Amino acid sequence: MARLTSDRRMQVYGALLLLPAAVLLGTFAYLPTVATLINSLFLPGFRGAAPEFVGLENYALLLEDRTFWTVARNNLFYALGTIPTSIALALGMALFVNARLPGRGLVRMAYFTPTILPMIAAANIWMFFYAPQIGLFNHLLGALGIEGPNWLGDPGVALGAVIVMTIWKEAGFFMIFYLAALQSIPPDLEEAADLEGTSRWSFFWRVTFPLLMPTTLFVLINALINAVRVVDHLFILTKGGPNNATNLLLYYVYENAFSFFDRTYAATITVVILLVLAVVATIKFRVLDRRTHYQ
Amino acid sequence: MNARFPVNKRGLAMAALLAAGSLNAQAQTELTMYYPVAVGGALTEVIDGLVADFEAEHPDIAVEAIYAGNYDDTRVRAMSAVEAGDAPQLSVMFSIDLYELIEQDVIVPFDDLVESDAEREWLDSFYPGLMENGRLDGQTYGIPFQRSTIVFYWNKDAFAAAGLDPDTPPETWAEMAEMAAAVREASGGEQWGVMVPSTGYPYWMFQAFAFQNGHRLMSEDGTEVYFDDPAAVEALEYWVALADEHGAMPDDTIEWGTLRQNFIEESTAMMWHSTGNLTAVRNEADFDFGVAMLPMNTQRGSPTGGGNFYLFKDASEEERRAAMTFIRWMTAPERAAAWSIETGYMGVSPAAYETEALRDYVEAFPPAAVARDQLEHATAELATYQGGRVRRALDNAVQAALTGQMSPAEALAQAQREADAALRRYAR
Amino acid sequence: MTTPTAAAVASRRFAIRLPGLETTAAWLLAIVWIFPLLYAFWAAFHPAEFMVRFELLAPLTLDNFTDAWEQAPFARYYVNTFLLVTGIVAAQFVVCTLAGFAFARFPIPGKDALFMLVLIQLFVFPEVLIVENYRIASGLGLVDTIAGIGLPYVASAFGIFLLRQTFKTIPRELEEAARVEGCGWMAILLKVYVPLAKPTYLAYGLVSISHHWNNFLWPLVVTNSVESRPLTVGLGIFSAPETGVNWATISAATLLSIAPLLVAFLLFQRQFVQSFLRAGIR
Repeated sequence: MARLTSDRRMQVYGALLLLPAAVLLGTFAYLPTVATLINSLFLPGFRGAAPEFVGLENYALLLEDRTFWTVARNNLFYALGTIPTSIALALGMALFVNARLPGRGLVRMAYFTPTILPMIAAANIWMFFYAPQIGLFNHLLGALGIEGPNWLGDPGVALGAVIVMTIWKEAGFFMIFYLAALQSIPPDLEEAADLEGTSRWSFFWRVTFPLLMPTTLFVLINALINAVRVVDHLFILTKGGPNNATNLLLYYVYENAFSFFDRTYAATITVVILLVLAVVATIKFRVLDRRTHYQ
Repeated sequence: MNARFPVNKRGLAMAALLAAGSLNAQAQTELTMYYPVAVGGALTEVIDGLVADFEAEHPDIAVEAIYAGNYDDTRVRAMSAVEAGDAPQLSVMFSIDLYELIEQDVIVPFDDLVESDAEREWLDSFYPGLMENGRLDGQTYGIPFQRSTIVFYWNKDAFAAAGLDPDTPPETWAEMAEMAAAVREASGGEQWGVMVPSTGYPYWMFQAFAFQNGHRLMSEDGTEVYFDDPAAVEALEYWVALADEHGAMPDDTIEWGTLRQNFIEESTAMMWHSTGNLTAVRNEADFDFGVAMLPMNTQRGSPTGGGNFYLFKDASEEERRAAMTFIRWMTAPERAAAWSIETGYMGVSPAAYETEALRDYVEAFPPAAVARDQLEHATAELATYQGGRVRRALDNAVQAALTGQMSPAEALAQAQREADAALRRYAR
Repeated sequence: MTTPTAAAVASRRFAIRLPGLETTAAWLLAIVWIFPLLYAFWAAFHPAEFMVRFELLAPLTLDNFTDAWEQAPFARYYVNTFLLVTGIVAAQFVVCTLAGFAFARFPIPGKDALFMLVLIQLFVFPEVLIVENYRIASGLGLVDTIAGIGLPYVASAFGIFLLRQTFKTIPRELEEAARVEGCGWMAILLKVYVPLAKPTYLAYGLVSISHHWNNFLWPLVVTNSVESRPLTVGLGIFSAPETGVNWATISAATLLSIAPLLVAFLLFQRQFVQSFLRAGIR
């Protein structure tokens, strides 16, 4: 009997410990998620009237909204453009820095520094690179006799320009995870390979790369999330233009909510983002955590 | 539990202090206003200085002026403050925010407050061209403050180098295209002829082209737009042709924010830009430049732009009177003159241009009068209900045409459809 | 994950000698990577006309910094960011410690399900929910307050997760020893668990500081005025192309905003990298 009550006490105590976190998570994560779902079923009130329940009409509008599809496609290209390249670069950087290299500390610092800059600051700097005529890139290209493109003003190039900046910002961050993973690979593996005369190239593909798989998956998840979550640079570089060529989902949410004052449509697009994140979360919990179990 | 007592005591003392503070404050009327700055320079300091002067003259009124970023930022900030139940009593906001503010039912017309003849006179003292965006259904909601138009800047040295008369700006579309192409050619491709910005506020620049072609893009009551009219299509075709046919302007979009730098660095010989840049260009350019009215096709024209004072609904009678006092003070001829000299924005009333300060300034620096003279050819800035969406539709059309994604006719037809959809509930 | 340091020593011993080509590539990449920042320094310390003219003897100037400093209330932005970051990290430490402790040591019914629920927040960030979070913040009167910027981040799933993992590795015997001395749960937490989790706190703290120093979208939405606006938002407003201010000034403002974190990073590079690692590898 006494034991039971002490268990009971432990439960209450534990619950109390959880309370602050539960309240905050409830207020700023679960409640808004549910509210987003509910609000996506309403239309904003006309001329100050109360919002009107319209069922799935917003979703029907969304399917017909060409801008939405452009934006969704942009976001897909943005993810495809940033993720593989920055992962490959991160891996390359980690291999460089893990090897014996003169000035290794400096090189590592150079790779990692962009990570600690705010996206806004990075965008400010890159704005100067990309400006046509007077920007740095086109000056350098001009010196080589090439007329550089209008980096942020040509819809065919603008998204690419945004992608390049993002890769610059992210690769160094992913590098350190690879670096840690590389350092945990037992050195005798390489020793053995050396004795057998395996080439470094095939050693990398047959031993190192597979061993780095969990890291790659982890980095991939992070990169996927960032591709949806981080749109800060658009505020400086392009504002989603020209003609939505660089608009991304979350920026489109911001526009709808805070430029067009259409909160319910913004909620509808948010639901799409939540669905994407749900897929990412499922991948993580189902695939990744099966490999790196942490109980 | 014991530990709590002293805290309580301290809390009481705090409360007493606070109460005393608020008693003091009651003698004063406190006003909050948001304001934007859309063009360069340290204008926030100028505003702070003006506010301090005002407070010195009116010790019973305290004004907290909050710099909120550009026009879009300011709209968002003010609206969010209203939503949070913390509405300002007055604000300087984009003149075209009128419909949004009316729709959200957050502003009151100045007519409700006007009592004396002096005040009525004040209401009529501004340039009519600047009042267009501030009036709806016979009521005045917006008082012009930091107002601008688009003007034409040209680099006289570049004109001379191209064998053009440095003191004669182009009068017509054809002349501008010709001169721009001449500059481009004479510079051996080093310098562009003309740049018209197409990010930031593409719709605004397009309005100028359309109006110069005799076309107004929206109805008086803000419920309809006419984007796909042949005159509008023709205007956009000319804009596109500046790059495509005449080779005088770079392809694709031209960044609003960096355009001034382009002009200063002489990478373009001519630019269309807000008058608000005048002072900055004057300070930074190390070549001889001129400012003129925009060229014309069938008529001269430029939309007005910039910010108006608005009175917010959620304020006591006393606060509204105080706000009115402040706005009258800020727009008085001497202040309007000083503000214009400091920034390049227009003096908002004829009386401002008659003050000694501004008269002398204009005499010494004639470009400062161009915006005023152009006012007689001015049209209201594009303002409708659902303004955000409608402007974005037109922005996208302009950018799609300039970047060659669509023909001007296609692009404008699509913008028309999108705007019609956004406005469908507002047809009267 | 084995501790990197031991392994690093080992792998260094067996590291392959890099051929010249790879060294060159590594250095080239490093130069490319650091170049934007060096360029910002160049632009900020020279007059505007040297933005794209690289002359060795170009005159140095601090005017850009004084201009930037005068044109926007950066001092106030610094204070705001400092308050914001310290506030968030302090609050996160408290809330996440309590929750992590509960998850690690207390028999709460449905604990695993609850924990999964917490982990959802690893994916559903406050900035994804800006629209609704804004409405909630507005309802609670938190708009335009520093608390409003910070509160949505306080119950960090990531922090709870990290601390739970760390607490779980702490042997129960230590706890028993403290109990024998008559310590209650709170005392055990403070005297046994928290001190032993110090490296985790350092790691999580540094990651959290860098994240919130750099965060932009949510602060942009929820702040209205200079009184609460952090550096990133101040910088964003300052350099939004609409203002069309001088480039050199923007460069100076950019450097002003990143300087404290950058200096901290350069001084404590190892700790930063280790922290990101520790926090990242789950």
